[in-house]
Amino acid sequence: MSRFWRRNRHWLTPVLFLLPGLILFGSVILAASVETIWISLHAWDGIGQKTWVGLANYLELADDPQFYVSLKNNVIWLLIFMLAPPVGLALALIVNQQIRGMRILKSLFFIPLVLATVTVGVVFGWVYDPNFGLLQLFFGVFGSTAPALLSDENFVTFAVAAAGLWPQIAFCMVLFLAGLNNLNDDLIAAGRVDGARGWRMLRHVVLPQLSQVGFIAIAVTVIGALRSFDMVAVMTNGGPYGSSTVLAYQMYEESIFSYRFGYGAAIATVLFVIMIAFIAWYLHGLVKAERSNA
Amino acid sequence: MYPRPIPENARLQRALYVGGVSLVVLLWLLPLLAVMLTSIRSNEELMAGNYWGWPQKFSMVENYTAVFEQTAMLRFFLNSLLITIPSVVGVLALSTLTGFVLSRYPFRGSNLIFALFVGGNFLPAQIMMIPVRDLMVRLGLYDTVYALIIFHIAFQTGFATLFMRNFIAALPGELFQAARAEGASPFQILRHVVVPLVRPALAALAILTFTFVWNDYFWAIVLTQSDAVKPVTAGLNNLRGEWTSAWNIVSAATIFVALPPVVMFFLMQKHFVAGLTMGAVKG
Repeated sequence: MSRFWRRNRHWLTPVLFLLPGLILFGSVILAASVETIWISLHAWDGIGQKTWVGLANYLELADDPQFYVSLKNNVIWLLIFMLAPPVGLALALIVNQQIRGMRILKSLFFIPLVLATVTVGVVFGWVYDPNFGLLQLFFGVFGSTAPALLSDENFVTFAVAAAGLWPQIAFCMVLFLAGLNNLNDDLIAAGRVDGARGWRMLRHVVLPQLSQVGFIAIAVTVIGALRSFDMVAVMTNGGPYGSSTVLAYQMYEESIFSYRFGYGAAIATVLFVIMIAFIAWYLHGLVKAERSNA
Repeated sequence: MYPRPIPENARLQRALYVGGVSLVVLLWLLPLLAVMLTSIRSNEELMAGNYWGWPQKFSMVENYTAVFEQTAMLRFFLNSLLITIPSVVGVLALSTLTGFVLSRYPFRGSNLIFALFVGGNFLPAQIMMIPVRDLMVRLGLYDTVYALIIFHIAFQTGFATLFMRNFIAALPGELFQAARAEGASPFQILRHVVVPLVRPALAALAILTFTFVWNDYFWAIVLTQSDAVKPVTAGLNNLRGEWTSAWNIVSAATIFVALPPVVMFFLMQKHFVAGLTMGAVKG
């Protein structure tokens, strides 16, 4: 045994090192994700026997008006979230000065990023409260009353997504600050010699150097918008009348509340397919970036 | 540097600039400040409609005491610690191992395994919800802290492996060659070369993982039910349902939940930012 070990440890040890993480990740995360696709082909209440139904769940989904509400809301989330990279960049530019006191201000900007989404949800539920919220305070200044955003079918998703934007902007800001720190000073100086200033400098000298960070900020934001769940669950429970559900929330609701695990799994699979397209695009971009660096 | 630095001798301009940015920060954090203000207000004042004026009476002690004594928040807080700390330790241990192997022992398929870790990290939680919940039920771990610990370790290992692998790959290769030339076994290399050198990465990863796990809400409501195991995030949302009219208590509880990650962030800010940007920027 010990002779075998000594002869083979140069490759056996790495394998043993790799296994715990790989087994855990593979069996809990990856296998579960694949199993969901399998479950989506069944009718299942979560306890009893699964019954094979083929593509019936997907066919039902294609006729489910709620599914299209969720899909539409995910698109709204995505569009609103696209504000995060430019606003994050703007904030990063504002605080990128070396002045006493700037460091602490910078970290104060990051706070929303470390808050739990539940906290953000509770805080913004309070902001949007039509009786005493922050929004009412602003509307009150102009002598009018704030709309009850969270109980209005037309505004609710915008309001929830806007709340979700808060930490997302902070995230993009952190990324862009890192990008700004890595700018090539020679190029900036050359730009200044050529008389580039302000906007033109940003557009032609700075932004091209931020393309990699910008790409990551956009990718992270897209993924964040697609997997939004917490804010909806905390702020509206998908209401009023299911008007603010997103795919992730509808899936949760169908499974946990309606015990339709097969149907829920089908929704999750659709979300997964959409996400896979983005992940593939993201990884492709990363590989390209790595090649161009090497 | 861009934007062009404000010159050091332009004192007034600098002061005005900081003042202006402070104003933006104030606006930026206004929602949170409003909740903080409410958390020290008395219930009578809220009933009387004084939501925004200066509090006539500071009820900070009363409100926060009420959170500890009349609600289960303290229990939830302990649960969160019981879930978060083992998860962080587990993630650090597993990802040091996987990161070490994937960066220093290339083999056929090692890139594929790495890609699985990275890709899996971006999967939406919902895609694995049903099977993971089912798995925990079958293992008898549903509604225990272990269900959350196991899940969080498994899931965070994806990101953490990416992180550690990149960090260890960036260490000077001569160290490893020298160690191997001296006949060091992989285990000795891990102990005497890798572990001492990855401490900064572990610090960054620890604060990031702590924040991710502490702030999790989705898995908390999917894998737990009873108050005895619920973490603070799920607890806070319940509290909000039960104490609808007592906004001062809910606000105090909200601040209480927000405090640990914010404090951790300020204590380890450099590591946090470095970790987040390295994880994302180096990909």
